[in-house]
Amino acid sequence: MLAESGLKKRAALIQAIRAFFIGRDYLEVDTPYRLPVLIPEAHNEPVESGDHFLQTSPEICMKRLLAEAGCSRIFQICKCFRNKERGDRHLPEFTMLEWYRTHCDYLALMEECEDMILEVARVSGHNRYVSAQGKTVSLEKPWEKLTVSDAFVHYAPVSMTQALEQDVFDEILCRYIEPQLGLSKPVFLYDYPVELGALARNKKEDPTLVERFEIYIAGLELANGFSELIDQKVQQERFETEVELIRKKGSTSVELPQKFLTSLAKMVDTAGIALGVDRLAMILFEAEKIDQVVTFIPEDL
Amino acid sequence: MYSASDLRKGLKIQIDNEPYIVVDFQFSKPGKGQALYRTKLKNMITGNQFDRTFRSNDKFEKAPLEERTMQYLYSQGEEFHFMDTKNYEQIVIMREQMGDDVNFLIDNMEVQVLLFNSNPIGVTLPNFVNLTVTRADPWAKGDTSGSDSKPVTVETGYVLQVPPFIEEGDKIQIDTRTGYYMTRVKE
Repeated sequence: MLAESGLKKRAALIQAIRAFFIGRDYLEVDTPYRLPVLIPEAHNEPVESGDHFLQTSPEICMKRLLAEAGCSRIFQICKCFRNKERGDRHLPEFTMLEWYRTHCDYLALMEECEDMILEVARVSGHNRYVSAQGKTVSLEKPWEKLTVSDAFVHYAPVSMTQALEQDVFDEILCRYIEPQLGLSKPVFLYDYPVELGALARNKKEDPTLVERFEIYIAGLELANGFSELIDQKVQQERFETEVELIRKKGSTSVELPQKFLTSLAKMVDTAGIALGVDRLAMILFEAEKIDQVVTFIPEDL
Repeated sequence: MYSASDLRKGLKIQIDNEPYIVVDFQFSKPGKGQALYRTKLKNMITGNQFDRTFRSNDKFEKAPLEERTMQYLYSQGEEFHFMDTKNYEQIVIMREQMGDDVNFLIDNMEVQVLLFNSNPIGVTLPNFVNLTVTRADPWAKGDTSGSDSKPVTVETGYVLQVPPFIEEGDKIQIDTRTGYYMTRVKE
């Protein structure tokens, strides 16, 4: 259990995040945690809740608000649930910050990330530097940008294409690349292969890539953002590919989120991002383990 | 059967018919990627260590290990003979498997023997053992050469560094995990 001093730091961080978005005319929303159907994702194991599931992310409902309620800037701080995820950087229930902005792409969103994290770092008593995981990282703008393909060239023994062909992309990323990212400045790792961005828009110049990025600070992955895919037909095809993967893993019937797919027809160009609030707290509070920044850990309940 | 999500430090698993213990464990999951279970494994027979990453659909057998309390009887050449204190069954462990533990074995000592598929693969001695010093150079009183320890030999033939006041015939306590001198034992 977190002591009162820890609770205060955590509360101040969440209040600073909220203040940043309210200051930029974002509308705070709260969408249901229990959903009858989720976005099909082979690598997330949902927690069942009666005949519903607990959300693995608030993406479905938030995008429907953009498409159907006419919202243009929304944010939410909420709990997400992913079964069996437990480690120094993972909890099966964690706090997510998710925000969306219409008429915006992933590059503009990267700039907003810089501003937001600089601002909440300042409120948390950091000037322009954070010490995380034994490294001193400067938050000074602009942050570094590195394409996934270049990251493989710089740090990995194989190319991105080879890693995909040999089905070792995740293993190589974890072992060789992630520990090298964001050691002196935060890094945007961007332009992921299309296989790894089911909800992201294709890059115009290269349809084998999607406009997706991740933020890394001191080797810690903090956020995942992209230019949203708003093509209903392409989205449906990508979901069907994912459902095939889920079936191969032994799950029986997987439904597609039909209302979400239908709503995509009304969506305009949008960029959105999900950021792990507990991970951000780890960086700003200089914690080695996620256990040190959350109110309770599951083992404590 | 274990699955990858059961992995944790200290878990003993069987891979290719050999027992391994997980000595280090890290859960990873790159964004939108799959869960990876990164481990450092130690082969419980050879002691070799290596890194291995598992995916969530990987499965393992539980290592068929059993620990039994046994009494050390005697050695003959390269063979060390032990007896199960419950059923009086006798087993033989080769010197090679005993490693440094031979330095601390005395007759009738109770030890824990680890068996894999009923074959002994390791011995755990009590943490501390009292052994008699069989050879020690006398302590030259007033020796100002600056040395604050000297080598002695104990009854098993093991040689270790002790404080200068230890004499032949003294009983000393040794930590079997490090092989270091702990204290002189008063009879």
